[in-house]
Amino acid sequence: MSGTPILQVSGLTKAFGGVLALNAVSFDLMEGELLGVIGPNGSGKTTLVNCISGFVRPSSGKVLYKGQDITHWRPHRIVRLGLARTFQMVRPFYRLPAFKNMIIPLYSPRVKGLAGGKFGAREAVALDLLEEVGFERDSHVAYKVASVLPQGYLKRLELAKAIALQPDLIILDELFSGLSLAEVGSIVPIIEKLRGEGRSIIMIEHRLKELFKISDRVMVLNFGMKIAEGPAAEVMENEEVKRAYLGSEA
Amino acid sequence: MFYLAFPRLLPIVGFIVLPLILGVYWQKVLISVAVFALLAISWDILAQSGMVSLGQALFFGMGAYASGVLNHAFGLSPFIAIPIGTLLGGLICTVLLLPVLRLRGIYFAMVTLIIPLMLVRIVEATKVFGGTEGLSGLTPLPNVWVEVYCVVGALLAALFGFRRLMDSDFGLVLRGINDNDRSVMNAGIDVTWFKIQSLFMAGCIGAFAGAFTTHVYMFVGMPVFALDYSILPIAAAVVGGPGSLAGATLGACILVPLSEVLRGFGGLRIILYGVFLVVFIVALPEGLFPYIQRKYQQFERWVEVDK
Repeated sequence: MSGTPILQVSGLTKAFGGVLALNAVSFDLMEGELLGVIGPNGSGKTTLVNCISGFVRPSSGKVLYKGQDITHWRPHRIVRLGLARTFQMVRPFYRLPAFKNMIIPLYSPRVKGLAGGKFGAREAVALDLLEEVGFERDSHVAYKVASVLPQGYLKRLELAKAIALQPDLIILDELFSGLSLAEVGSIVPIIEKLRGEGRSIIMIEHRLKELFKISDRVMVLNFGMKIAEGPAAEVMENEEVKRAYLGSEA
Repeated sequence: MFYLAFPRLLPIVGFIVLPLILGVYWQKVLISVAVFALLAISWDILAQSGMVSLGQALFFGMGAYASGVLNHAFGLSPFIAIPIGTLLGGLICTVLLLPVLRLRGIYFAMVTLIIPLMLVRIVEATKVFGGTEGLSGLTPLPNVWVEVYCVVGALLAALFGFRRLMDSDFGLVLRGINDNDRSVMNAGIDVTWFKIQSLFMAGCIGAFAGAFTTHVYMFVGMPVFALDYSILPIAAAVVGGPGSLAGATLGACILVPLSEVLRGFGGLRIILYGVFLVVFIVALPEGLFPYIQRKYQQFERWVEVDK
């Protein structure tokens, strides 16, 4: 982890009508760091991701990526800079086979040149990437149409699509939700490998136990406001966090 | 080898041989088939890229007027006017629809439906390009053989060329936009730019059909924006099965001759035509081409032996 911030968010606010989904959230993410973002349902976690990745226009505030102001940029331009995200509700191309799903991110200008432009050349790369996230090479899973894949594979596909973009910063929006313990256990090494490659990661999670094991730092949101930030153990001792999570196992 | 080649050779050989054995009347029908097949392909390309259009008449009319005016005002030969009209028509359509490209589904469809109807009234009110009279006495193509083979050649080129394109990675992105456009954005791809390209291609195909027809009829006027040119291609694509371009072509090959055959029934023609459409859509909602394709692929194992 080096000392330069890759992402600087300051005073990010989003109002949906009278509701403040995000209320002046500020934080920095260092290069190579893994930041966990937690909070009760409706606390603004996904809105935060949407505002950073350009899918929702923030009402006010600033997002700096590698020192560049990307507030109000359109999503595809942000992705080209190397900031990829996954969706909590998976968004595969349901009518295409899994490996064809991968061709579309591989066609993005960011990585287009690398995969080679020849007819079908990207398919080999797509299959390699899918194998990396757990689509068994010997099986037919990678060739199945996305609409028949089980949730576990769809989440992996979502992750693979983000990895295909060779991002410097990946935002994983509740990647673990809806997965079994075993499945989570098999995805954690993939995330650790991404970290090993020096990529910065933001993880929005409800699965606190798994998150705390791998994260460097945790940020807690409640009602759109940042109520705590720091190492996991410290944050969970915070009175306000306890209050927000009262009744839950954590 | 034959297993793979047969479905491709069938339309090629068919379209080349048919004009030789048909009479003059049915040659004209074949031209009409090809024109509507081109419009149906144009519709299908747009539909595959997530843009449902109800206004193929816009593309058709733009091409028709562009080529007609070039011929009338500057005396350009059809062989120059048609290609320029094709590109110009495609370009104008793209620019016209640029502001509504962000709309999806029925909203985009409504706009494409309205624009040609609006253009008719504009031509009528401002009396440009001959107003209600239209422009007549345009230069025809040299003879019926040139007409037939010109449009059949264009159809085959569009059919195979764009089928190949839609199978490439570029086409995959277009189909991805239809499936889930936010996911395509999230892949770092500019959805709007890809929609523009798809719109331009579809616009050019439609405009070619219009430009060509103008010189066959030696006339261009307000009827080129008629609803027929919007609705019939959709019917053809639906009967043949959307999403493959071949289905759209097949649909036109059935519907246009059917409409001619039914002429014998006089007033009952439209009713029978409508009944046929309804029965077809209820019985084969996936379309004829996917059905035939599925049946044909059952022979696949059978031929694998001799490979």
